[in-house]
Amino acid sequence: MNTSRADYCVVACKEALAGSGEILVSPFGVVPPIGARLARATSEPDIVLTDGEARAIDADGNVESWLPFRYIFDLLSSGKRHVFMMPVQIDRFGNMNLSCIGPHDHPKVQVIGSRGAPGNTINHATSYWVPRHTSRTFVERVDFVSGVGVDRGGLVHQVITNLGVFDLEGGTMRVKSLHPGVTMDEVRENTGFTIDGDEAPTREPTPEELELIARLDPNDSRANEVS
Amino acid sequence: MSATSSAKTSLSDKRCTTDDVVAQISDGMTIGIGGWGSRRKPMALVKALCRSDVKDLTVVSYGGPDVGLLCAFGKIKKLISGFVTMDSIPLEPHFRTARQSGAVEFMELDEGMLQWGLYAAANRLPFMPTKAGLGSDVLSTNPSIKTVTSPYGGEEVVAVPPLKLDVALVHMNRADKHGNAQYLGPDLYFDDLYCMAADEAFVSCERIVDTFDEGSFHTLRISRMYTDGVVETPLGAHFTSCAPDYERDEAAQTRYAKAAADPDEWKAFADEYVAR
Repeated sequence: MNTSRADYCVVACKEALAGSGEILVSPFGVVPPIGARLARATSEPDIVLTDGEARAIDADGNVESWLPFRYIFDLLSSGKRHVFMMPVQIDRFGNMNLSCIGPHDHPKVQVIGSRGAPGNTINHATSYWVPRHTSRTFVERVDFVSGVGVDRGGLVHQVITNLGVFDLEGGTMRVKSLHPGVTMDEVRENTGFTIDGDEAPTREPTPEELELIARLDPNDSRANEVS
Repeated sequence: MSATSSAKTSLSDKRCTTDDVVAQISDGMTIGIGGWGSRRKPMALVKALCRSDVKDLTVVSYGGPDVGLLCAFGKIKKLISGFVTMDSIPLEPHFRTARQSGAVEFMELDEGMLQWGLYAAANRLPFMPTKAGLGSDVLSTNPSIKTVTSPYGGEEVVAVPPLKLDVALVHMNRADKHGNAQYLGPDLYFDDLYCMAADEAFVSCERIVDTFDEGSFHTLRISRMYTDGVVETPLGAHFTSCAPDYERDEAAQTRYAKAAADPDEWKAFADEYVAR
């Protein structure tokens, strides 16, 4: 079976959830939801996933609880959640912008708004998914701090991109692993701040994982997100 | 009202029209709009507002095309929200244009802070404490929002001020003529809180019923004690979703979003959409 770059990203998202236990996982984008379902099907059977419309759905497709937005807000304050969000900008401390480019009182580009990022990052594990790692996203300074970085008390867990996996365990972003074919130079060229770390390879998906990924995403929608 | 006419013998009949609702709204008011993103938005009421002369509104909303349409018609002076999105189309074009041209001030909050603001207003509290916002630019861009030190151990938390509304507009699946209202979809969102936080609350609905025969009584989440007017507006949330009565009309939403890029196309779309 051919292993794609997207498959490595899916497995990296699964790995980011290692040891989660019984928490709600809220994955945005295409790859993180596949990673979360892969985690539940293998090493993390206890995690809770929703259909995005107020229903927690178990692995067999049955509704297991009702989670309207106000319950999600309560739940996130309890800390029992891990969210994957997609930054517009992120800095070396994991401060994340989802609001606008340029000054907030007269932005050059208005995006979606901070959503729940301030509350998420201060309360529970938050990982970031960047399907296209560029120096436009990985910036020296974000224009608006929506999600707080580790220097401001944020619980930023990992950053997963089409190039590799990054963590902030040392207080600033470091390379944890590189996907096959990616070099440290390529990461540096596409990152707007100084970055270093391990040149360890991202773990290869097992045959069992590849089979599950194919079943979870039969139309290969992940390939549209990561080329 | 004279003293002799005060002997009331029947429940208030609060049925009215969308124009009656808009007549209660004046320049500069703070309006809360229920729903979430492009889900169960009171679009019939929003469209009536767009047809009116009202201006300089402060709008509180988990924003979707309600905010976009009001921006396109120049009704909003200030938006209080955590986001504006149409869900299946992530970015709201009219909101973006309004922001990028400097036409609309954006009081940007965390989603949970917005709920707490409504909750504080509904409960007549000076603030609600939360950790959300700490360290973020939601605080630095809103200097009016303060932190407070807990009297129980000294932890510093954000004191979310009440978001008191002049008027709330929500769309529900069913209501009776007295202003009790029911949702039949997956999520109430925060529509009850909008009504409770407002001086006057108006409910539009798919159908006015004599008795609530669908769903369980647990879904009767808005009481007439909080509502001032009821409008029957079939398809009143269109093109946003109003499950189970109808899903989002993705084709219409796409037309709306695409038309925003071209003034002539937009005029044609808006003339047809807002006229009714």
